[in-house]
Amino acid sequence: MTTDDLRALAIRALQRIAPEVDATTLRGDHPLREQVDLDSVDWLNFLVALHEATGVDIPEADSAQLVTLDAVVAYLAARAGSAGP
Amino acid sequence: MSDFRMPSLGADMDAATVVKWLVAPGAAVRRGDIVAEVETDKGVFDVDVREAGVVEALLVPAGMKVAVGTPILRLGATATTGAPPAVPTPPATVPPTPAVVALAEAHEAAPVAAEALAPDHPTAVAEVEAPDRRAAPLAARPGVRASPIARRMAEAHALELATIAGTGPHGVVTMADVQRALASRGAALPEGAAAAAAGGAEAARPAPTVTPAAPMDGMRQAIAAAVARSKREIPHYYLSHDVDLRHAMAWLAATNATRPVTARLLPATLLVKALARALERYPDFNGFFVDGHYAPVAAIHVGIVTALRGGGLLAPAIHDANRLSLDDLNAALLDVVRRARSGGIRASELADATISVTSLGDRGVRSVTGVIYPPQVAIVGFGTIAERPWAEQGMLDVRPAVTATLAADHRVSDGHRGGLFLTAIGELLQHPEAL
Repeated sequence: MTTDDLRALAIRALQRIAPEVDATTLRGDHPLREQVDLDSVDWLNFLVALHEATGVDIPEADSAQLVTLDAVVAYLAARAGSAGP
Repeated sequence: MSDFRMPSLGADMDAATVVKWLVAPGAAVRRGDIVAEVETDKGVFDVDVREAGVVEALLVPAGMKVAVGTPILRLGATATTGAPPAVPTPPATVPPTPAVVALAEAHEAAPVAAEALAPDHPTAVAEVEAPDRRAAPLAARPGVRASPIARRMAEAHALELATIAGTGPHGVVTMADVQRALASRGAALPEGAAAAAAGGAEAARPAPTVTPAAPMDGMRQAIAAAVARSKREIPHYYLSHDVDLRHAMAWLAATNATRPVTARLLPATLLVKALARALERYPDFNGFFVDGHYAPVAAIHVGIVTALRGGGLLAPAIHDANRLSLDDLNAALLDVVRRARSGGIRASELADATISVTSLGDRGVRSVTGVIYPPQVAIVGFGTIAERPWAEQGMLDVRPAVTATLAADHRVSDGHRGGLFLTAIGELLQHPEAL
């Protein structure tokens, strides 16, 4: 999957949880949880959705990195190629 | 043979409209099967039956609004119909308000009147088409999706639906969205008026914008009615207790370190489990107060107060929370909150809560104290888990901690019992491995 595919996928997963998210105004370099109101349940559901879509596991130790959408996409891109059947 | 009645969907809903029947006469149903979708001021919910049987008759047509307690489905016995349902429910006979009785009568007289509801009638706030509500992918929107009441209201005021931002599930335009659009369109006073009045020398100041008071939408009205009733009828007392979570958070981090994201446990799961286990020893906080009489309930169904996107609250229950493993409770918590926000909550989940728990989450505030949902008699609150200075044995440390609160019905319990109950929750959280 290309980085663009992963970004689109992440935004779709986000919109399933937060339908008001506007892909055109969402900033990739700003903390996601400052732009979108997501509590801990929403956040975990989002990470699980990313895992289900890409096959990439997201261990808790890595969670601290996933602050911005850019960081999420970069994390998935680095691992998506080698994941899954 | 028995009549299945429109279930109570919580203290804040006393009437509901059957939107769609999902069974027909002759269908065999098991306990828990969803037989209809109903719509209230707070959204659309699935109605599940409490016992097995064969559908003999649908007693209410789709589109008809009925009071809670009205028979809606006739069930005949099957050969395998056994014991009555084990899940105790609060009495469904909430007396209908005069307005609701009048509405039900009006509908019986003219079933097609559902289509002729006035645009400002607070019937529908967040209706979502059933297939979209259940499907996971957010499909491209071919046209603007709006609830029927929003559509009628927009048409009545010559508003383009496409220009209105939708805040319902999956971006559905709700009645509240149309009201907001109307209010902002007609609000500002002419800017020149104030300048003309002030005279020439002063720089012109724009007149203050006056927003005409918008009627409260259905969700807001439902919540307002419920909390007003709660505060009017239930004499609340309030307690607060700070709980050291050093052991709990350390255990959680160690447990989660070796787990995939799909099995990650949330801190909230530990809090809910501790609450549910503590209730086993304190039945005076787990039951229903009805008609001047308190009835404790053996089963423990914890209502999870969930804030909805775009405003509003739902508090669906996790059944038998004290008997679920942490993994199952965690999965149930993630699932019920997701469905509360995206659709798919069942009537039994709304009706069965024996106590509620509220938390403003990990980006919230230090403490939160809830308002009791009648006919329940208590609500526990958990603030944000955060590091705090912690004094112990003359020494100062920094530890993760949470403030737990209890609001309880003083007709049923006193502060002493409340204090014991709250400290019991704190004690259970000191031994997370045993939860």
